[in-house]
Amino acid sequence: MSLADELAKKQRSISVAEFFEKNKHLLGFDSPVRGIITTVKEAVDNSLDACEEAMVLPDIYIGIKKVSGEVYRIIVEDNGPGIVPDQIPYVFGKLLYGSRFHQIKQSRGQQGIGISAAVLYAQLTTGVPTTVISRTGAGSPAWRFEIQIDIESNEPEIIRREETEWDRTHGTRVQIEFRSTLAAKKRLLDYLKYTSIVNPHARIRVEMDDEAFLFERVSDEVIACPEPIQPHPHGIEIGNLKRMLAYSDDTLEDFLVNGFARVGTKTAREMCRLAGLQGDMKARTLTPGQQKSLIDAMQQVRVPAPPTTQCLSPIGETLIVQGLEKEIQMDFVSARTRPSSVYAGNPFMVEAAIGYGGKLPPEGNAQILRFANRVPLVYQQGACAITGCIAGINWKTYGISQSGLPIGPLLILVHIASTNVPFTSESKDAVASIPEIEREVTLALQDLGRELKTYLSRRDKSRLQEDRARAVCAIIPEIAAKVAEIVELPPPDISPIEGKIMRKLVTRRETRDGKVVIEVRNYTDQKGAVTLYDTSADTAEDATVKPDFSTQMEQEFTKVWQVPIEPGSVWRVEYSGSGGGSLDIRGIDQKYVVTVDLDV
Amino acid sequence: MSKEEMDNTAKRKLIEIACRWYDQMTGGEVPSISLPTRTKRNIEYDDESEVWKYGDRESVRSAGNAKSALHLLKMAYVIWFLKKQILENRSSTLRELYYISEGWKKAKFGAQDESNFLIEDLEILTDLQREAFHLRPEEDGATIFGPLRLKELTRRGDREIHCQDDVGEAGYQIPNNVESVDFLDHDAKFIIAIETGGMYARLIENGFDADHNAILVHLKGQPARSTRRCLNKLNEKFGIPVVVFTDGDPWSYRIYASVAYGAIKSAHMSELLATPKAQFIGVQPSDIRDYNLPSDKLTERDVAALQAELTDPRFATDYWKEQIQLQLSLNLKSEQQAFAAKGLDFVTKEYLPARLTDMGII
Repeated sequence: MSLADELAKKQRSISVAEFFEKNKHLLGFDSPVRGIITTVKEAVDNSLDACEEAMVLPDIYIGIKKVSGEVYRIIVEDNGPGIVPDQIPYVFGKLLYGSRFHQIKQSRGQQGIGISAAVLYAQLTTGVPTTVISRTGAGSPAWRFEIQIDIESNEPEIIRREETEWDRTHGTRVQIEFRSTLAAKKRLLDYLKYTSIVNPHARIRVEMDDEAFLFERVSDEVIACPEPIQPHPHGIEIGNLKRMLAYSDDTLEDFLVNGFARVGTKTAREMCRLAGLQGDMKARTLTPGQQKSLIDAMQQVRVPAPPTTQCLSPIGETLIVQGLEKEIQMDFVSARTRPSSVYAGNPFMVEAAIGYGGKLPPEGNAQILRFANRVPLVYQQGACAITGCIAGINWKTYGISQSGLPIGPLLILVHIASTNVPFTSESKDAVASIPEIEREVTLALQDLGRELKTYLSRRDKSRLQEDRARAVCAIIPEIAAKVAEIVELPPPDISPIEGKIMRKLVTRRETRDGKVVIEVRNYTDQKGAVTLYDTSADTAEDATVKPDFSTQMEQEFTKVWQVPIEPGSVWRVEYSGSGGGSLDIRGIDQKYVVTVDLDV
Repeated sequence: MSKEEMDNTAKRKLIEIACRWYDQMTGGEVPSISLPTRTKRNIEYDDESEVWKYGDRESVRSAGNAKSALHLLKMAYVIWFLKKQILENRSSTLRELYYISEGWKKAKFGAQDESNFLIEDLEILTDLQREAFHLRPEEDGATIFGPLRLKELTRRGDREIHCQDDVGEAGYQIPNNVESVDFLDHDAKFIIAIETGGMYARLIENGFDADHNAILVHLKGQPARSTRRCLNKLNEKFGIPVVVFTDGDPWSYRIYASVAYGAIKSAHMSELLATPKAQFIGVQPSDIRDYNLPSDKLTERDVAALQAELTDPRFATDYWKEQIQLQLSLNLKSEQQAFAAKGLDFVTKEYLPARLTDMGII
């Protein structure tokens, strides 16, 4: 027997299930720590997609419980439309089975691998079959299945199938047991938090290790399920075009109008003219040479971008901001939804948000939240085109320090919505570098960067004013006193300087040698009166101007004066006491008020 | 200038600063002060005095913002303190001044660097040395050994000292205030200023001063002001050439630069402190190559320092550019004492005589 014959004996086809059994990392099951996150992610993605299709507000329950040692039971339950009993074994027990692979529209899942991969992983690590309960409506019974995958044939194996009682009127519940660990608990919760940020219409409840978490919805708007569209003439590949032509009974002109998005008669004629082809010939009869000129012509004619409102489901600026605000406290947040665009015939849309300050960590790299079709990307941040774009922007222009990535109390969210998000691998962790997408991400972030800069400079300006006020009111008088001592002259009156710099209402309190002095100087051009609240342990019985009224609470006295503020005027009160407490001015816009408490 | 005149000048110039602020404030203006920017980029070569001085760039400190206001407040306190000190005929060190500020509340210094810097500001503003404010440096001056006779005004009267015959092995110690020293006469052909104590001792032990009629000055690393002032005075008064002998690394070139060109921190008095004619004798990067001296690799900081020197106007000569580039390509540095690898007498019998002949000094 020749060597080739020997080798031929060993050569055989491999089932998808078998392939993925050996290449778990491709699907995100490279470690037990990750397995749990991937499983929850796949189940939640399916639930959200299903709810969207059924136009219901998602209400998702996630239960994670330790069964024994290293075995965890994961339950994900939704209020989606449910799955008809005959389909259940295929959806969960066959890899590469799904409803969305052949459609051009935005969806979370694509290839139909995710949840069945989790089923496969469960049976490999514990041997326990996966339990699925589903009900399609109040009038139908709930069905309970126990499913495994026959690895060699990649066909579902039904261990049990029975009708059952279930308290939900419609929805699906999947229960998977596999060997894992909760070491990445924080990461899992982060994942759900991020999911909740970009799906503000979903309620997600989590029970984990007897702890409960709730990510409440902030929007009661059901998001419209994206509708599938036809392919766009730009960027369609020759293989695909050939297949479409072969199946067509239309004339070439009709083929172009009916088969492609945004192609009307005029555009179709233009394409035919450029390709040197007759519009009335049968599409099927094109020779390979003609097919080549047709595809070239299709690229040259200007065609509007695909109808994205139909096939894409952007989150929207308002909801992104609401989603972020409900989970993370920040001083500034703004979002941008870019107009839709196309790469290689695939419509896509970039949304981004920038948050600053608040509870964000003040030091270290900016927090980056990456999303694709409303799904958070938590792994391989470094390998992602989004990260590349962020690092490629000169953040210093916007007042943010940077060493590679921007640094500081900054949050950057980028969401890419597309009918076909270009991931770098099957585990969908990172977006590939597509120039059109990178351009949109960069533009969105630059736009937000400019807005952030405005916010920061406005903040700095008010800080600077605050700073000036403090300098003028607290330090210059001391300089004046010391300088007067050096030159042996009486201290200069510094009130003209205050007026010059501040144009504000300056309230100053100073306590010295048992005397409390409060002065209100009006450097604004406003007239009228303000109310001065002085709260301290002093009764101010001997006040040079009697308070309009005075109240006592425990050992604290609040003295209230109506203070007239003619432009350029000075109002003054003095009483015996030891000062302290607080000072408050009301009745005027706070931006005109400077309070200098020299007691503090 | 007598001590009394000096005190009056100092007092007058300090009060002038306060007067300016007083006038600004009574005129309804925010008090401010303007000072030359004290960076490498703002030093310029002055053809007349042949030293590097501050250029035209000025920064204004105005009390209109809290940080500058605080700076002015601190300055006011220091002026007030110095005026009092001069009136009471007392003196203090920079360190003491820093501690005295403890009681100044808001005007208290955060670190001694800050008070030192402020004193330098006052020197620039008044055109006086800090000795005029009765502020003493706490560090010692360096030591001198060689054929030089001088008279020092000490607390116990005038002392006449010969720096070879009347001193111990360590040499004559330069006092903090060089103004109290009168250089009488000498029998020297040149002055050699030496960075390290080891090399200074080697030259004394080998009798280099006697053999070559040389005045040896120990710089003790980055030289104190009094040392630089002393070199400047000897060079000015007697016209004795000065050569500087340091290690062969970027930090040592800065020691040479502060002797010859003046330091950035004291560019306001380069005329008093710098000796523009001072020449660099070694260790040159080319010596590391030519003599195959024992050496170390340059560290990252060394390389950064060398690169910074390439952009330093004081090193913008063909000689330094060539030497620094060479050192960067060799990636090596050597110490003065590396010459000992060729025998203890090599440096005094071979290297220095050869270099001094090349430089036309002997």
